[in-house]
Amino acid sequence: MENAVGEVQNVLLLGGRSEIGLAIVRKLLSPSARVVTLACRRPDEASELTHSLSRTGLSVEAVSFDAADTAAHKGFLADVVARHGDIDVAILAFGVLGDQHNFDEDPQSAVSAVHTNYTASVSAALCLASQFRQQGHGKLIVLSSVAGERVRKANFVYGSSKAGLDAFCQGLADSLEGSGASVLIVRPGFVHSAMTAGMKPAPFSTTPEVVANLTVKALNAGQRMVWTPGILRWLFMVLRHLPGPLWRRLPLG
Amino acid sequence: MKSDYSQSRLTGWGLTSPSYARTAKVSHGEVGEHVKDSSGRGIVMRGLGRSYGDAAQNAGGTVLTLADTVAQAVLDTEQGTLTVGAGVSLHDLLQIIVPRGFFIPVSPGTRFVTVGGAIASDIHGKNHHIEGSFGNHVRRLSLLLADGTVKELGPDQDAPLFWATVGGMGLTGIILDATFSLIRIESSRCIVNTVRCKNIDELFEEMSHGDDEHRYSVAWVDLLATGAKLGRSVLWRGDHARLSDLSTKDAIDPLHYAPKHLATVPALVPSFGFVNSWTSAIFNELWLRKEPRRKVGTIKNIPMYFHPLDAIGSWNRLYGRGGFLQYQFVVPFGQEKTLRRIIEMVAVSKTASPLVVLKRFGQSNPAPMSFPIPGWTLTVDMSCVASGVSELLHSLDSMVVEAGGRHYLAKDAHTTPSIIRRGYPRLDEWKAIQRAVDPSGVWQSDLARRLELI
Repeated sequence: MENAVGEVQNVLLLGGRSEIGLAIVRKLLSPSARVVTLACRRPDEASELTHSLSRTGLSVEAVSFDAADTAAHKGFLADVVARHGDIDVAILAFGVLGDQHNFDEDPQSAVSAVHTNYTASVSAALCLASQFRQQGHGKLIVLSSVAGERVRKANFVYGSSKAGLDAFCQGLADSLEGSGASVLIVRPGFVHSAMTAGMKPAPFSTTPEVVANLTVKALNAGQRMVWTPGILRWLFMVLRHLPGPLWRRLPLG
Repeated sequence: MKSDYSQSRLTGWGLTSPSYARTAKVSHGEVGEHVKDSSGRGIVMRGLGRSYGDAAQNAGGTVLTLADTVAQAVLDTEQGTLTVGAGVSLHDLLQIIVPRGFFIPVSPGTRFVTVGGAIASDIHGKNHHIEGSFGNHVRRLSLLLADGTVKELGPDQDAPLFWATVGGMGLTGIILDATFSLIRIESSRCIVNTVRCKNIDELFEEMSHGDDEHRYSVAWVDLLATGAKLGRSVLWRGDHARLSDLSTKDAIDPLHYAPKHLATVPALVPSFGFVNSWTSAIFNELWLRKEPRRKVGTIKNIPMYFHPLDAIGSWNRLYGRGGFLQYQFVVPFGQEKTLRRIIEMVAVSKTASPLVVLKRFGQSNPAPMSFPIPGWTLTVDMSCVASGVSELLHSLDSMVVEAGGRHYLAKDAHTTPSIIRRGYPRLDEWKAIQRAVDPSGVWQSDLARRLELI
């Protein structure tokens, strides 16, 4: 349960190796925190990670979770709840960026990326929503992306999957109104992390720590949407309405 | 036949940590049906929602309120006892008993609490140093158990379960009705002595000598003053006025009781609220100056002396959207140094609102989860958005339990399971009794989940 100042006890990170996800988990840790569950594909390789998060009074666990295996989501979540009780905050942070050129040449790889980014997220989010409804409380943080706000030619497979996820989450948030559960959609810009290593940073690039800071602030303020950095909200307000010929010519990579 | 549920967003009086539950107002006849119908998320009772934190919330489960009326109360004027439904408020009771020459055995800072809540939280008042907490005065109660049966309990009748229910935060069953003893009074006035203290040492000294000569004693402390003025305060000690104490005018109707309602704070308070270190400092200065250095024999009426805040409806809204919490702990006598250090830390942090109370507790009762132990209890209201408030409270938590103290569950909205475990050494004894009467977990609350009480 959450205390009066919004400190939480039980956090679940789906995509347990996500740098943004982990930065958010670190921001959420307080003396009130009791359990952190890192759901990732290879939990045996995460021991360094669990060690870095651990502190007295806190149990950190890496558990096996394959986002693409949507049929297993429900059972997975039931298991986490059975072991540790109510989940206060769940962070949906798994996803693949992929490479547009590869997608162009191998449509099947695009399908599998979209499956992880969109279909699997839909499944996991619905499982969590149902759990939160039953609990009468719970906050879901979903990592969307500005790439979905107006999809660009350089990564339209990734962008479209995030656009779908973003739209899905807006509807989900509305449907959860009055249930005690809530959804916070995070729309980061270019974030320096392993996912983007070696890529040319886009304007207003940021770091996982900055995204985490703004996300937890928004969470405590009860917001439903947060842009990181905040200026992207205004930038995209313009970009969204740029005429096509101009948009296509923008040097956005 | 049972009443319909509605889905409600619930918070405590501090307006923090909201959660959703299905709620219903039920009669004694219906309540058993609701217990049978409870889901895996269980049930908790809610009276008037005056607990500051999440004690009367049950996320995803059921929250019931007893629809009792004071009309069914039975006053035994010979024995000086009252038998009443647990859902009746002290506010309603006082209107019936004061004009007939009786007063409640323990009065908290607000009369807007129910009898059930008073027992479940084992509330205390300004007379704790003499007369103990509410549970000390309960002669009997009936408890609806998880299996649907109703059990009669008292200090001489299944005492372990009785004392587990006193201070048990509603987690042993539903208190349906209770009989408790009353105080006989000659008038509805109090005779109050006031002492203004320059600093905390003067206050400790003043309270340590002379508290026992008065039935009621409580001090207000300016927790924004630092340095030489640290802990400057006003101590009020009083007793029920006898007929001979009253002026001729007051003596015409000595048991007159008519609490006034001055105003209600509207829902449209700006989100940042009105309580901050600036407004609080101004308030404290004025509040202190209006009090005389030393005065004896002031006559005050019951609402003025016992429940001054009740004159303003919904005053909790003054803190704005972030809400507030009331931090209350007790440290044993002999730990004045720790208490002084805590007062210093709070004063330096500038997080306290003007609502600060210091009181000396007397003996504890046999209830394993009852809050009061002999010592000093400090109560501080704080805005939840004051910067650094959470870090400060976590540090104070450790200092309190290291000094052998504990925190009040009815007020708590912030602490951790380990602090409660250390503060209540008899927690496991209580848990064993609780589990024996509720093996399937029918009684649940957000507080119980957060602090791992069950």
